[in-house]
Amino acid sequence: MSVSDRPQAWNPADPRSRPNREQVLAGLRGTDAGGPELVQLLTPEGERVSDPRFDAYADDVDVEALTSLYRDMVLVRRADREGNALQRQGQLGIWVPLLGQEAAQIGAGRALLPTDMVFPSYREHGVAWCRGIDPTDLLGIFRGTDHGSWDPLEKRFHLYTIVIGNQCLNATGYAMGQRFEGRVGNGDGAPEGSPDEATMCFFGDGATSQGDVHEGFVWAAAYDAPVVFYCQNNQWAISVPLSRQTRVPLHERARGYGFPGVRVDGNDVIACLAVSRWALEECRSGNGPVLIEAFTYRMDAHTTSDDPSRYRLADELELWKLKDPIERVRVNLVREHGVGQEFFDGVAAEADELAARLREFCLAMPEPAPDRMFSEVYAEPSPLVEAQREEFLAYHASFADEPLAGSGVGAEGEV
Amino acid sequence: MAVLTMAKALNDGLRKAMEADPRVLVMGEDVGKLGGVFRITDGLQKDFGEQRVLDTPLSESGIIGTAVGLAIRGFRPVCEIQFDGFVFPGYDQIVSQLAKVHFRSQGKVPMPVVVRIPFGGGIGAVEHHSESPESLFAHVAGLKVVACSNPSDAYWMIQQAIATDDPVIFFEPKRRYWEKAEVEPDATPPPLLRSRVLREGTDVTVATYGPLVRTCLDASVAAAADGTSLEVIDLRALSPLDLAPVYDSVRRTGRLVVVSEAPSESSVTAEVAARVQQDCFHSLEAPVLRVTGFDTPYPPSKCEDDYLPDLDRVLDAVDRSKAW
Repeated sequence: MSVSDRPQAWNPADPRSRPNREQVLAGLRGTDAGGPELVQLLTPEGERVSDPRFDAYADDVDVEALTSLYRDMVLVRRADREGNALQRQGQLGIWVPLLGQEAAQIGAGRALLPTDMVFPSYREHGVAWCRGIDPTDLLGIFRGTDHGSWDPLEKRFHLYTIVIGNQCLNATGYAMGQRFEGRVGNGDGAPEGSPDEATMCFFGDGATSQGDVHEGFVWAAAYDAPVVFYCQNNQWAISVPLSRQTRVPLHERARGYGFPGVRVDGNDVIACLAVSRWALEECRSGNGPVLIEAFTYRMDAHTTSDDPSRYRLADELELWKLKDPIERVRVNLVREHGVGQEFFDGVAAEADELAARLREFCLAMPEPAPDRMFSEVYAEPSPLVEAQREEFLAYHASFADEPLAGSGVGAEGEV
Repeated sequence: MAVLTMAKALNDGLRKAMEADPRVLVMGEDVGKLGGVFRITDGLQKDFGEQRVLDTPLSESGIIGTAVGLAIRGFRPVCEIQFDGFVFPGYDQIVSQLAKVHFRSQGKVPMPVVVRIPFGGGIGAVEHHSESPESLFAHVAGLKVVACSNPSDAYWMIQQAIATDDPVIFFEPKRRYWEKAEVEPDATPPPLLRSRVLREGTDVTVATYGPLVRTCLDASVAAAADGTSLEVIDLRALSPLDLAPVYDSVRRTGRLVVVSEAPSESSVTAEVAARVQQDCFHSLEAPVLRVTGFDTPYPPSKCEDDYLPDLDRVLDAVDRSKAW
């Protein structure tokens, strides 16, 4: 819905200004129309188109770059499908699918520099991929062996945040720190080895109803924080449609906070890349924050525990399949660049290898040591936690004929 | 040696911590130009600048949430929550992020953040300005919770809390801000997470913290006049509790009264009572008694003298313990 499509402001004196039943019902259905403000550089039909505002940020996307983006998207989709299958086969407790959001995530992820920081939600497997986090590193969260295995400071990719919206404030604080340290707005004068930095924060349409997202916007504006708020509007917050979260297109909210907001076709990897590059550059150069609304669609369930057939129409998914983020790139590569089948076959084979590796890794994952839970509760030793660890180990050691796997309890010479 | 109010001692302690480490930031509502509503941060922004003493937007979740992000970046934020009853918008960030990031990251990301909270009643304030929510934080794994009770402890404990690599919820007894005592800047302070015997005695042990330490010390003087010897222990650390001195004392006196302004149910005083009955069962001559606020919302201030434990209620519990 664009500004012009929306009902005008309600006028109490004019009952016709209220939305009628059809308009209300329309709001309860997902929409596949991004409206005239949608930034698009690659149409669903695979045609490369121009947007004068953002062309410069995708000038370098030649056939080589595009095949690379295609490969990224195919691989993360394949890893995602394998994660889903592993859950269905009882190997994972839950999986959070990204199906349909590959372009939104790869476009943003490939716009980042190694020195930028990322604060993800919990569906950002594609962004994680771009930060050099192997899909196997995600499995522990969903198999229940850890809460996140990568080093967030080394990867510059914070651990998944599950409480909706919390990370918008954490990202803003981090970005304030970047500014306090003078890592913003130096341009070509930035010291060697420490270029200007930005932070990118990922969240969904549902999160925009959370106070922490609002507060993140307020704080980022107050401190000119170099943070790109990257909202993947996938139309659904589990079962609740966008219309329950907002009356206005989400990108328009930025204006109320005093910074720019852009709606990009979230299924167009070139546009997501270009808009993200622009936004990150704005932030690095001191013109942050920026809001990006990547207009996309959650083609699968919220998680493997969800059942979308209870709340949305199947024809909606069929509409969005026509806008598939990967297919449009494939069509473009074939039609405009003459890329041959052997390339696509090669990527498909690589994807299958990745899936097999993911599966093999998953099945071989060791159980965490039973006393793992007592470790790293605090940075400094806690007498309370250590006493409980001792009690726990002594309790298990009392079962002399049933040693506790993995803890060293019962094994001679250890404990 | 200097005689300072607790407010000034905290101010001096913050200043020393900021001088010692340029990564230390002070952030909160009105902490800059105004110096905080209690003036605890008076003059710090003038001397350290607006980038180290932040007058923040009016948003407690924002204060904690951005402090978490700043800590990830390597800063050591000291957050001021203006009043105890205003911490709850920030409670989500405290429980969900501040307390858990270190554990979630398997020790890769420490959270050296201090959250200062003026707490407790007795100042005739309107609703939400007199609460004692410490148990709500002591119950959360990943947080350390402390309460100071006098200027010297305030001076040292705030510096020790800032130097801690874990999140510390730092409770300050607001009705004691203006009481004076000696502070020795060259002394060697006891560790942060230690309780302290403030007055030795032989008949009944009284364990307390924060604003009621003064009350219990006064009670010990009154009791002495009646021939009863109270041993008064300032718990200081509410999570983790340091109960060894309490156990040691109870093994000698056989009697314990635990005193706090907070409601009694599922509280710090309840935890002390449970642990003492477990560790000192055979030494106890009487049940552990508690003197606390009531399990009601904090009342209108005209009722607070009846709500708050005072010297007479402490002595009444001492008498009941002795008569058991």
